[in-house]
Amino acid sequence: MFYFLVRRTLWAVALFIAATVITYLIFYIIPADPAKLACGRACTQQDVDRVRHFLHLDQPVWRQYLRFLWRLVYHQDLGRSFVNQQSVNQIVAGGAPVTASLVFGGAVFWLLLSIPAGIYSALKPRSIADRASMTFVLFGISAHPVWIGLILGYLVGFRLGWTPIAGYCDFFSPSFGSSCGGPVQWAYHMVLPWLTFMVLFAALYVRLIRANVMETLSEDYVRTARAKGASEPRVMVQHVMRNSMLPVVTILGMDIGLALGGAIFTESIFSLPGLGRRVIQAYNNNDLPVIVGIVVFSTIAIILFNLIVDLLYAFLDPRIRLS
Amino acid sequence: MTAILQVADLKTSFRTDDGIVKAVDGVSFSVAKGQTLGIVGESGSGKSVTSLTIMGLNDKRAATSSGSVLLDGHEILGVSTSELQEIRGTRMAMIFQDPMTSLNPVKSIGWQLSEAVLVHKDVTKKAARDRAIELLEQVGIPNPERRVDDYAPQFSGGMRQRVMIAMALINNPDVLIADEPTTALDVTTQAQILRLMKRLQDEYNMAIIMITHDLGVIAEVADDVAVMYGGKVVEQATVAELFDSPQHPYTWGLLGSLPRLDSKADRLEQIPGQPPSLLRPPSGCAFHPRCEFAFNRCPTEVPPLVKFGGPTHLHRCLLGDDTRQEAWAKKKAAMKVEAAA
Amino acid sequence: MSDDLLVAEGVKKYFPITQGILLKHEVASVKAVDDVSFTVKRGETLGIVGESGCGKSTLARCLMRLLEPTGGKIVFDGRDITTLDRSEMRPLRREMMMVFQDPYASLNGRKRVGFIVGEPLDVHGIGTDQERKRRVQELLEIVGLNPEHYNRFPHEFSGGQRQRIGIARALAVNPKLIVCDEPVSALDVSVQAQILNLLKDLQREFGLTYVFIAHDLNVVRHISNRVMVMYLGKVQEVAGGEDLYKHPRHPYTGALLSAVPIPDPELGKRRQAIVLEGDVPSPINPPSACRFHPRCPRFHEGVCDVEEPLLRPFGAGHEAACHFPLERWPMTAEEIRNPTETVAR
Repeated sequence: MFYFLVRRTLWAVALFIAATVITYLIFYIIPADPAKLACGRACTQQDVDRVRHFLHLDQPVWRQYLRFLWRLVYHQDLGRSFVNQQSVNQIVAGGAPVTASLVFGGAVFWLLLSIPAGIYSALKPRSIADRASMTFVLFGISAHPVWIGLILGYLVGFRLGWTPIAGYCDFFSPSFGSSCGGPVQWAYHMVLPWLTFMVLFAALYVRLIRANVMETLSEDYVRTARAKGASEPRVMVQHVMRNSMLPVVTILGMDIGLALGGAIFTESIFSLPGLGRRVIQAYNNNDLPVIVGIVVFSTIAIILFNLIVDLLYAFLDPRIRLS
Repeated sequence: MTAILQVADLKTSFRTDDGIVKAVDGVSFSVAKGQTLGIVGESGSGKSVTSLTIMGLNDKRAATSSGSVLLDGHEILGVSTSELQEIRGTRMAMIFQDPMTSLNPVKSIGWQLSEAVLVHKDVTKKAARDRAIELLEQVGIPNPERRVDDYAPQFSGGMRQRVMIAMALINNPDVLIADEPTTALDVTTQAQILRLMKRLQDEYNMAIIMITHDLGVIAEVADDVAVMYGGKVVEQATVAELFDSPQHPYTWGLLGSLPRLDSKADRLEQIPGQPPSLLRPPSGCAFHPRCEFAFNRCPTEVPPLVKFGGPTHLHRCLLGDDTRQEAWAKKKAAMKVEAAA
Repeated sequence: MSDDLLVAEGVKKYFPITQGILLKHEVASVKAVDDVSFTVKRGETLGIVGESGCGKSTLARCLMRLLEPTGGKIVFDGRDITTLDRSEMRPLRREMMMVFQDPYASLNGRKRVGFIVGEPLDVHGIGTDQERKRRVQELLEIVGLNPEHYNRFPHEFSGGQRQRIGIARALAVNPKLIVCDEPVSALDVSVQAQILNLLKDLQREFGLTYVFIAHDLNVVRHISNRVMVMYLGKVQEVAGGEDLYKHPRHPYTGALLSAVPIPDPELGKRRQAIVLEGDVPSPINPPSACRFHPRCPRFHEGVCDVEEPLLRPFGAGHEAACHFPLERWPMTAEEIRNPTETVAR
């Protein structure tokens, strides 16, 4: 078990370095000249050169990377935006809670929907409920989040007026730049984004859970439990659920990573000031430090989350602990 | 000796995409406490489905059963699920072929053994655990206090089957159904498990139904035997009667196909063809397409169970008694079994 | 041309067990096959019998070079094939074929039977398409299948029929040696008899040599001329079929013989059994010296756990590796526990 922990942590570190190197390199070997971008349109060549020197862009790439890494690890500083010299740390700190609300809130809801639906479908295959679930699955996988978001926004938000269409409210109290705050407003504004965001994942998970539960139901040890005289509810909870949910835990780790990417669409449609939208803005402005900063932050978050998921899985499945 | 379990005209069919499969087609037998009934047959004979039907473990959506199963005089076929759940694990228990997949891999065996107790009795977790340790010791697991917290993958095949037996016996059942319990085990482990089961049978005065395809195992452990083919019992006898004067051509075929240590035969008796399709079973006698003695009545009449010799020997063959004795004598000679020293 | 078709000398196969955080290093090894030697004469059947973990399947794959032996030598038809590379082995693969245990897994379910049986011909470039088709139909008939089923898929056949397909495939290129790895274990008894009879008939007709691996002593004895008993990667006893069963020398062979159920209620009840205690130990940490000593009813401390017994001769073609071989057979449990002779120094 100890070896397992140490090995996973070392891999996490290695992954982090690999991810940041690649990110750094990609952004700094693109044709656009960062110095010119940073300096602005009004700069002369001399100005650009001065900026280049100031930003250490005349140094070899590996040196720039190490400086970046040093600054990141030691000072926890992601740099400054080219556009307005705002600290990238602040930008990330502003956007992260929004994206987290969307992603983790969405995850909670998609699990709350897919687990019961998947189990019910597995217990009653080919019933009407099962067929309805599978239709939903097909729809959910096929429809693009953007389309879903726009439709929902139009129908529910605009036509019916049940929920707001855009904007974000801070959970705790009104933050700078917005006019609302508090948990109720926060949830109210998140309803449509959550719905849009979770459809795809709920669809995938219903199908996964249904397949897992069906497979587990036909396992020999479930038959043994029944042969012992255990009641059906007990068999379901103690033997079927625990075993069929294990793969869900692993996949959840992977999907949170994907979800962060998918969040970009949802944030754009509903004008949520999260990391996704920020990164698109930064991209449009060629604001490299912000892009790199957000990517680095996301990478760390995903790696950490996967590490937690791995540990949780080892805790739940004694076979992993034993080997 | 009164029977603790009496099965009469048991039938089970399954609804499948291709049609109705008559897996069990009119099976009757009984077994008394302290006795072992061996049910022998090949794949598709219906032996496993028979035992699952008795325990009520078939998939309710697909299976329909009829007939009668009397446990100590009370009808248990078709009773409510909750009544069945009370009987299972307390009065009737079952062990299966593959102990690796029959145990939950993510729960400790102590937990699973305790579950067998806690589901039926209102005792503390500690009491259940103590009982689990007691059973582990009875089935010969060394260091039971330590091993009770281990998981199934940490045990060898033979040990796992012992755990299964412990789980089945933990509430002192009257009947133990063992579905091919040693098929997946090595031969020396099989010998240990069979010996263990015999010892426990004497201690608990249990009836055992031993389902197997191995006639050698039958000879070793069974008191009575039922040979199944195509969903029916084609021959039923005491074990001495079955091996001494078998009456059904299928039984002869089975006996002759066995390679034996004490036989000098060069070629084995081979039953031509394959086991019958249960979707479209042969007309008349299910065995007739493969039987070298089939005559004009066999494809049209379903042979009834008739007595031979004593009251305990029954068979389903239309041939005349004399013809059968002759045929068996020839077959026996061809098996070239050496007389025991 | 020598009489020996296959000679194995000191064959070893160890599987390493690694451990480590970043760089894995070997901490132990599973000694699946540990110094196994035997010869198989042309036209005979050598049976290899043993329980799980004895290494018989691993040995079979080493003989076929499907696994690379860790040590030892394998000589096939007078030629040392232990270290031949791929291209050198290729033509030899026509001469040694294998039949596998699981008739459901050993045939590609997506390919038609004609393709499956004809593939060896295709691989070795034998014959034109027309000739191959004819040969395949001929083979199907030889193994007792309908040649018109050429275009069917494996799932349309029963277990026994699929095993026949596997045998037809093995025969396709006229091999000299066929290694059968538990070919009848997954089959019903009546079908098993068909396949065993078929194998015997084919051997007579085509002059085949078999290495027949199984865990069922009855089956092995029926089909083999000589039988080799393995335990935890080592050979415990080798003898002619009759000899092994009439007078086993190794206590483990005795235990196996006692454990095999006999389909005779009288005999079964009268028979004395050596019932072994405990389980087969793991091949990762095998017992010292004689591998069988922890479970042996004849165990002598200071001898059996100190000095490894070598294979000693006991008459024509009969060898056993034991310090206290069985003096006669059958024996009572008492007699088994108290040896009167010893070959130990």
